[in-house]
Amino acid sequence: MSAVLEVHDLVKRFGDGPEMITAVDRVSFDVAPGEVLAIIGPSGCGKSTLFNVIGGLIDQYEGSVVVEGETVSGPHAAIGMVFQEESTFPWRTVEENVAFPLEIAGVAREERMRRAREYVALVGLAGFERHHPAQLSGGMRQRVAIARTLASKPKILLMDEPFAALDEQTRFLLGDKVLQIQQQLAQTTLLVTHNIGEAVQLADRVVVMSYRPGRVKRIVQIALPRPRTSEAAASAEFGRYVAEIWSDLRDEASRGMQDDETHSLRRA
Amino acid sequence: MTEHESPASRFAPAAVGVATIVIVFAIVEAMIRAGWINRFIVPLPSAVLASFGRVIAEENVLHRTLFTGAEALAAGILIAIFGGALGVLLTRKRVLRLATETWVAAIAASPLVLIYPLFLVMFGRNALTIVMIGFAAGLPPVILKTVEGLSGTRRVLIDVGRSFKLTAAQEFWKIRFPAALPTIFVGLRLGIMFALINIVGVEFLINFGGLGQLVNELAERYDLPAMYAAITFVVLVSVAFFLVTERVERWLATR
Repeated sequence: MSAVLEVHDLVKRFGDGPEMITAVDRVSFDVAPGEVLAIIGPSGCGKSTLFNVIGGLIDQYEGSVVVEGETVSGPHAAIGMVFQEESTFPWRTVEENVAFPLEIAGVAREERMRRAREYVALVGLAGFERHHPAQLSGGMRQRVAIARTLASKPKILLMDEPFAALDEQTRFLLGDKVLQIQQQLAQTTLLVTHNIGEAVQLADRVVVMSYRPGRVKRIVQIALPRPRTSEAAASAEFGRYVAEIWSDLRDEASRGMQDDETHSLRRA
Repeated sequence: MTEHESPASRFAPAAVGVATIVIVFAIVEAMIRAGWINRFIVPLPSAVLASFGRVIAEENVLHRTLFTGAEALAAGILIAIFGGALGVLLTRKRVLRLATETWVAAIAASPLVLIYPLFLVMFGRNALTIVMIGFAAGLPPVILKTVEGLSGTRRVLIDVGRSFKLTAAQEFWKIRFPAALPTIFVGLRLGIMFALINIVGVEFLINFGGLGQLVNELAERYDLPAMYAAITFVVLVSVAFFLVTERVERWLATR
């Protein structure tokens, strides 16, 4: 099956001259329709840079991002982004938040609210349509953000550590919810994360990145059966995948840590 | 997740507020009667209360309240329009902002009411002078708070807008403006308060118009209970504007 998303030899540098930093270096991968691909790496491996480049929020890079055979630059309707930070609009109710992309697309109010309520129900928030984000927990707010992105019917759901601010148990449960939605919609998903368990729980393949400059170190196929739930975390295979990815990441994370310590010493 | 308030708890803040006023007045009344406060400077609260009927019937206080309220409303509308527009301009033009922000803050802290003779020369002894002084006094906080609100919009909300390919106008009206509304309205409330203080002050100084002039006349007559009663109407105008701006803010936030 041809890929929905292809990333070819992506290079992104920040700064000039001796201060120049190569955040990502010749990164290539592709994502098949309906696949969940996770990108994992230590802090400083360029995960967020990749997220922003693919989402079109950062320009001036080398290489290309191709969606269904078409090279794209800038934000693209085919790519829906879910951010790490809390990103719901506090002045809008849950259903108004979810209806936002439909409002921008010019869908009539009645129709967009009907469709918004469907997505609210899809993420398990039926009954909370008229609530404001301030009345919801962090996990519920992140589900509103996911529903809002899904309402724009993106071909690729691009998520940047969407559960980073949540506790471990909520993270597992929300992972289940994402799996359920992904399976229901056959939603092609690209997940950027630093959490190994999350990557193994959700992904079909995991791209392991090296520490700065971020390069693809290895791509791990996750052969856990689908439909999948967080109960898979108790299986021996799950543990093997976590151990395998950690053995790849350990050296990279150590390099990152040493780098941080060296910088701190220099600043002191 | 929602908090369902009982009727009792809904009215509790108002009840506590009224009770506090009653207690403070009772204490002041007792202190005056005991001779701890000079009754020729501060009238008995009971006398102030008793003078309300007289102030309403004989001093045309309701008409004067409306007059001062209309002046404050005119100044408030001007403040909202020009303060908002200048705030947007300073947010967009960084050089202008850096060049003027300190001056705007300095003007906010200056007693503009003292240059009322200049306004009298420019506009004459009429309501326009009073409105313009109110406008000048209330403008700086709205400019400063509009700049603060618009430039303080969280980056991630802007990124959400960019990911949905919003136009510049959509980004402003759908994200930056509603995100900044609470801060802008803090500025607007402050601005209207500054305007009202200055409006009443100038009415007092030039002996023209609404409540300020009435307070001046009653002070001249040394009718202290009636003067304090008239001041109460100034407070009522202020409360009315506070409630109106709160409603407008809520209405705008749901647009």
